[in-house]
Amino acid sequence: MSQQGYVATPPYSQSQPGIGLSPPHYGHYGDPSHTGSPPGMMKPAGPLGAAAPGGMLPQGHPPHGPHQFGQNGAHAQGPPLQRFPGPPPVNSAAPSYAPYSPSTQSSYPSPVSTSSVAQLGTQLSAMHVNSYAANYGPQMAGAQLSYPGGFPGGPAQMAGPPQPQKKLDPDSIPSPIQVIENDRATRGGQVYTTNTRGQIPPLVTTDCTIQDQGNASPRYIRCTTYCFPCTSDMAKQAQIPLAAIIKPFATIPSNETPLYLVNHGETGPVRCNRCKAYMCPFMQFIEGGRRYQCGFCNCVNDVPPFYFQHLDHIGRRLDHYEKPELSLGSYEYVATLDYCRKNKPPSPPAFIFMIDVSYSNIKNGLVKLICEELKTVLEKLPKEDQEETSSLRVGFITYNKVLHFFNVKSTLARPQMMVVTDVSEVFVPLLDGFLVSYQESQSVIHNLLDQIPEMFADSNENETVFAPVIRAGMEALKAADCPGKLFIFHSSLPTAEAPGKLKNRDDKKLINTDKEKILFQPQTNVYDPLAKDCVAHGCCVTLFLFPSQYVDVASLGLVPQLTGGTLYKYNNFQVHLDSQQFLNDLRNDIEKKIGFDAIMRVRTSTGFRATDFFGGIYMNNTTDVEMAAIDCDKAVTVEFKHDDKLSEDSGALIQCAVLYTTVSGQRRLRIHNLGLNCSSQLADLYKSCETDALINFFAKSAFKAVLHQPLKVIREILVNQTAHVLACYRKNCASPSAASQLILPDSMKVLPVYMNCLLKNCVLLSRPEISTDERAYQRQLVMTMGVADSQLFFYPQLRPIHTLDVKSTTLPAAIRCSESRLSEEGIFLLANGVNMFLWLGVSSPPELIQGIFNVPSFAHVNTDITSLPELGNPYSQTLRMIMGIIQQKRPYSMKLTIVKQREQPEMVFRQFLVEDKGLYGGSSYVDFLCCVHKEICQLLN
Amino acid sequence: MATYLEFIQQNEERDGVRFSWNVWPSSRLEATRMVVPLACILTPLKERPDLPPVQYEPVLCSRPTCKAILNPLCQVDYRAKLWACNFCFQRNQFPPAYAGISEVNQPAELMPQFSTVEYVIQRGAQSPLIFLYVVDTCLEEDDLQALKESLQMSLSLLPPDALVGLITFGRMVQVHELSCEGISKSYVFRGTKDLTAKQIQDMLGLTKPAVPVHPARPAQPQEHPSISSRFLQPIHKIDMNLTDLLGELQRDPWPVPQGKRPLRSTGVALSIAVGLLEGTFPNTGARIMLFIGGPPTQGPGMVVGDELKVPIRSWHDIEKDNARFMKKATKHYEMLANRAAANGHCVDIYACALDQTGLLEMKCCTNLTGGHMVMGDSFNTSLFKQTFQRIFSKDFNGNFRMAFGATLEVKTSRELKVAGAIGPCVSLNVKGPCVSENELGVGGTSQWKICGLDPTSTLGIYFEVVNQHNAPIPQGGRGAIQFVTHYQHSSTQRRIRVTTIARNWADAQSQLKHIEAAFDQEAAAVLMARLGVFRAESEEGPDVLRWLDRQLIRLCQKFGQYTKEDPASFRLSDSFSLYPQFMFHLRRSPFLQVFNNSPDESSYYRHHFARQDLTQSLIMIQPILYSYSFHGPPEPVLLDSSSILADRILLMDTFFQIVIYLGETIAQWQKAGYQDMPEYENFKHLLQAPLDDAQEILHTRFPMPRYINTEHGGSQARFLLSKVNPSQTHNNLYAWGQETGAPILTDDVSLQVFMDHLKKLAVSSAC
Repeated sequence: MSQQGYVATPPYSQSQPGIGLSPPHYGHYGDPSHTGSPPGMMKPAGPLGAAAPGGMLPQGHPPHGPHQFGQNGAHAQGPPLQRFPGPPPVNSAAPSYAPYSPSTQSSYPSPVSTSSVAQLGTQLSAMHVNSYAANYGPQMAGAQLSYPGGFPGGPAQMAGPPQPQKKLDPDSIPSPIQVIENDRATRGGQVYTTNTRGQIPPLVTTDCTIQDQGNASPRYIRCTTYCFPCTSDMAKQAQIPLAAIIKPFATIPSNETPLYLVNHGETGPVRCNRCKAYMCPFMQFIEGGRRYQCGFCNCVNDVPPFYFQHLDHIGRRLDHYEKPELSLGSYEYVATLDYCRKNKPPSPPAFIFMIDVSYSNIKNGLVKLICEELKTVLEKLPKEDQEETSSLRVGFITYNKVLHFFNVKSTLARPQMMVVTDVSEVFVPLLDGFLVSYQESQSVIHNLLDQIPEMFADSNENETVFAPVIRAGMEALKAADCPGKLFIFHSSLPTAEAPGKLKNRDDKKLINTDKEKILFQPQTNVYDPLAKDCVAHGCCVTLFLFPSQYVDVASLGLVPQLTGGTLYKYNNFQVHLDSQQFLNDLRNDIEKKIGFDAIMRVRTSTGFRATDFFGGIYMNNTTDVEMAAIDCDKAVTVEFKHDDKLSEDSGALIQCAVLYTTVSGQRRLRIHNLGLNCSSQLADLYKSCETDALINFFAKSAFKAVLHQPLKVIREILVNQTAHVLACYRKNCASPSAASQLILPDSMKVLPVYMNCLLKNCVLLSRPEISTDERAYQRQLVMTMGVADSQLFFYPQLRPIHTLDVKSTTLPAAIRCSESRLSEEGIFLLANGVNMFLWLGVSSPPELIQGIFNVPSFAHVNTDITSLPELGNPYSQTLRMIMGIIQQKRPYSMKLTIVKQREQPEMVFRQFLVEDKGLYGGSSYVDFLCCVHKEICQLLN
Repeated sequence: MATYLEFIQQNEERDGVRFSWNVWPSSRLEATRMVVPLACILTPLKERPDLPPVQYEPVLCSRPTCKAILNPLCQVDYRAKLWACNFCFQRNQFPPAYAGISEVNQPAELMPQFSTVEYVIQRGAQSPLIFLYVVDTCLEEDDLQALKESLQMSLSLLPPDALVGLITFGRMVQVHELSCEGISKSYVFRGTKDLTAKQIQDMLGLTKPAVPVHPARPAQPQEHPSISSRFLQPIHKIDMNLTDLLGELQRDPWPVPQGKRPLRSTGVALSIAVGLLEGTFPNTGARIMLFIGGPPTQGPGMVVGDELKVPIRSWHDIEKDNARFMKKATKHYEMLANRAAANGHCVDIYACALDQTGLLEMKCCTNLTGGHMVMGDSFNTSLFKQTFQRIFSKDFNGNFRMAFGATLEVKTSRELKVAGAIGPCVSLNVKGPCVSENELGVGGTSQWKICGLDPTSTLGIYFEVVNQHNAPIPQGGRGAIQFVTHYQHSSTQRRIRVTTIARNWADAQSQLKHIEAAFDQEAAAVLMARLGVFRAESEEGPDVLRWLDRQLIRLCQKFGQYTKEDPASFRLSDSFSLYPQFMFHLRRSPFLQVFNNSPDESSYYRHHFARQDLTQSLIMIQPILYSYSFHGPPEPVLLDSSSILADRILLMDTFFQIVIYLGETIAQWQKAGYQDMPEYENFKHLLQAPLDDAQEILHTRFPMPRYINTEHGGSQARFLLSKVNPSQTHNNLYAWGQETGAPILTDDVSLQVFMDHLKKLAVSSAC
């Protein structure tokens, strides 16, 4: 909603392009006329928690808010200008801005980091230096942009002596924290009604109540921009991706109305005859209510007799407010038999638990842990609100290099085990008694779960299979004629002779070559058809991985990804340390809201259409998004392209319909409608953008491209596009100013920092130090993320704990993710949705240490623990409460790591300080901003 | 010297051997002119309660190509402690243990009355008996229940250390692991997939982790008997488990749609059973017992599709080459049978169903391995129950009447060669000096493997006289044959039974009378019948009949006394007199006639014919008919329609059926209830007598015959009417006139017509 353009002007005095090969000299930051705000407030060591959000505004900014400015008043008052420094010379950037200079690094016994930097330098020297020179060399102007990741080229490539640099004040550059806090301050806690087309919702980080008044809640759909350009030329000009991130099963807080269920009986939902869009608020009733015009394809349809209703004086049906499908953005239909497979009502879905019982899993107690946990967690199978007990059925399979099916029919005195050794062509050996109701077969199931760990106690089978396990589960569901979900607990590379057998192909030599993409692709062509079969039979696969070495996540994870399942990975799992994290994930995954055997269709009004889809989906054609299952945490990102002109009057309408089977076996349609504005003014477009959604889109499209393109190209495209988007704004929307000024649209103020975070993500960072599995895992993780999750993932929350007010229940204010914000006397909590770190400064207050850990001093703190002791004191209670709040609503249980300042494990932690220069490459925020600025200047010339 | 009849009987009792000729023609040419080949019926393990086995090992001839065993026919030099082999004339030193022998202190094997000796081998590991049950679960509920009870009963009959295993099958095949506690565990196989032995063993986890095998050291098959322990367990350990398992056994749970047969994976189940034993107990006696309640309908070895509207193949289909699955299925089962046989395992088939079950395709499994084939209507009949129980019957020593993994070796003196064998055996392909180039039956070898045999298992062994006409055998020369049977006794001992026999040579030109008198027409009939049936398995029925006829005519020409072109003058001597009649009935028997029999039934009949001893075989060829009446004591009567009289009760034994037939008057009396009146107690006794006799037969016979109680005009009377010689038919009834007998509605020729024709052909000079 903020229309304020963000403008920063670095005194680009000496840094004009065309200086030749001599390094540019940049003036230091600090135009005295604009240093209005007291920099002291941002001193890292200061008591940050005490600072009011207002106090953290960038210097000189007027308060944000729509009431301040007119619709077009972006620059009406002449926004206060900020001086913004140009990019510092590369050679000196590293020592100045890297949080750890080489001298400090020496205290960390990590030869990897230093040597690898050098190595990277040499590897990249050829291309990056050239491109770097090209940016500044007039004779090569217009050549390829380069990503600053290549900057640490070292002085050798740079002509001239290093220039002494003044430190750039990081407080002067746009702060994500600030943006979040501003939005929270203006819109937090309020009611957001969705009655207007093209409104920009509050940020994902802002808590508010949402009232559906004709458009889908932003919890379901968020867009990269809420105002589409009218023409494709304009879209091309701006290069802002037009995309929606749809989370059709998003969890709705209890204070918001759940979806209404519309039941038209046997006639089924009312749909447009031509485009098959479902009845929705965008349908225009005409001719006294006898006909309606479809908002999507403009076809005029007859209103079915049973559906007829008179219109009121403004042309609205009299029952407008009685029918959810006429007045709400989101609602559900009961589907008729036409929407069911084979025109038969579906059977209730099933969960199949498939446990790897190879030697290591027995040895480390994992099997016992899973079996014990299943006994309790099965009590909480998801069910419809009105149901007494869950209608889900459950089945059990264990496996190593062969599969063991269990007959747990309620009439049996003891479970029966059936071993299928034909893994090359696996089949389901039993029909009756494999999938049972937990309630009915409880005693047999408990008997079985008690016996499984003992049964395999003497097994010394090390080899496992994987693809046959999935196929077995899928065949079982197919035989039972029901959709369902497989929970696979797996720990090793499947090397046994069977389809989908994998070999260790983790080849670090491929990194930074054009073949690097192979590491992200599945190793064999078994898994893709398998995933297709799974989707075709509504079989969702969720995989819990417990690797102790390379397991080829790229191959193993493919089926979970394409079937809408979740991949959980616990490296070097130890029962006594990591159980809690795993069990939380397991419970959460079993209990969460889920729809099975789903097919999603995104319809749009004429002029544009959905062209690309990203997420845990499988597509057999270009329009039907098939999902074996979709749960409340999964989002599908949809990209739109113009195929005609859009009109400002009718706007751009989106209808997302998901046909699915509920946990009780009812077939339903979930409809989400969203209307967007259209404009022929670029400024409108820029005003309506949402950076969080943009980053979600950029991340998913880049991570998808990783499979096909060299990473270098992808990184270049990302930087290129960022620069282009911003340059276009600068050129067309911003008021004329010096070319050296960096001017950012208000809605994209933090795009560079987020983009830099994305570029620094280990997936895009070609570094041999990072495990291939971890990269494949994170790639997959992001592919299904919603906007809130991707925001946190790329820009972690860092909160000071030492300033905790134990009497207050509010979270301590977050601070920027930078080393400079930490202090030796402080304790900080960092979370990104996957990991959580508690960082202890060397001089942390002993009373806090005592309060949290129940040990007398910093030195006594045991960093092996993965959960904090439950102590009765307020520090402990509050901290654990805070951690609980942060964990809430996050799809993954975060693993807690205790990090002591200046100890080896801090290396890991430092990777999450995303504004700093990365350990394994990746520039600091400041560097990146300078780089982007440079590119913009380049483009503008 | 006693009569030849006595001689033959004595030999049979002592050695279990009957020869077609008891005086042998001394040259090849003459032998071929005798028409009936020189052959014998051998019952290798004929029960000999009077023959205690000796507890030492036999003494072998030292010539490597001979290795004949010391026997009463050998010449012994007691002083030099030397013996001369009667087959190769090699002189051999007695082993040190025989140092004390003399004319008065002879070891048993040198005494003339011990022409058959049984040795017990002490060395070598003894392996327990192994029984692998392979059970079809696509049965009706009560059938399955009955089968389960029979199986549980059989467990109680097994010795406690016997190893048992259980495979059940329907749509899938389950191999049950028997030693599991707290959970019942089974390995499941898809019923449609043909697996190699290696795959099966891999999948069952029977293969040891790859240990480099030393090429120098031959693999020890029983090195790790524990590996198999999961699937084959000593009965005393898992008695309870197995009983529970059988108790819990359910019908195949997969739904069978309307109009379909249940999917039955017999082929894969058997393949797994064979593979399992092959991997765990090669060269050890074991019995696979396959229980089926219908035809295999899927996978390798399927005999019929699952569409009920397509019936299972009939002889008609086979002749028209219309049996889609037959060749492939037969090939599958033959492959399995050969593998089982190679490892010394025998396969029994117990097929109980109203329709055919595919015995035609599966017959080789039992025929090649010496297993039993039992055919019944339902598992819930006493026919099956008692037959199955009889498998586990014990002899006078309390041992099972079954032996395993036998090899039969035949050694001949140099004038003779062995041409082949017909019976439940496979060739071991051992070539040697005494192997003939001409094959009769399974030939080309001097050794056969008989994986399962019992005291009645009988083989026909065929020889060829190779002595040339111009190399006369000295007067009084005798030819000798030695049968050596190595086998695993049911007490798990390894034993060797050695039978050595000798017969006189005679010059056929000068001493034809001797040869003629020494003809054993019963043995000859059975031996010729076996040849005929053996041919019928591979040739068209009419060809076989023609061949049999020609042989008969030639025999009559050779040994009949007649004036040329005068049929009335034709006479046959006593020793040949019954032979044409046997041939007449053989021509009509189900072994050669497939009309009115399903392919399964033919296979079943032929199976039993090829393994029963002489007496039973003769009953099969020519059923026995007893008559009970007030006119005198029960007496055997002619198997002729003229024997069917109103005031008689007839008892017919065809081996497969026992038919009691009440004549018209008797039946009326019975209906009138005379037997319940005290004054007609004698009638009651008359009715009872055939029943008692039938019971006696039923008690001893294996397999249990079908027991049929019928009367004049009863529908079941057809069993009797189809067997008797149709001397009176609707065609000649009035010609024969009188009131005797019952006319048979048939166009078949009667024995009288047959004989007339035979005489005509025999005396004709045309052929």
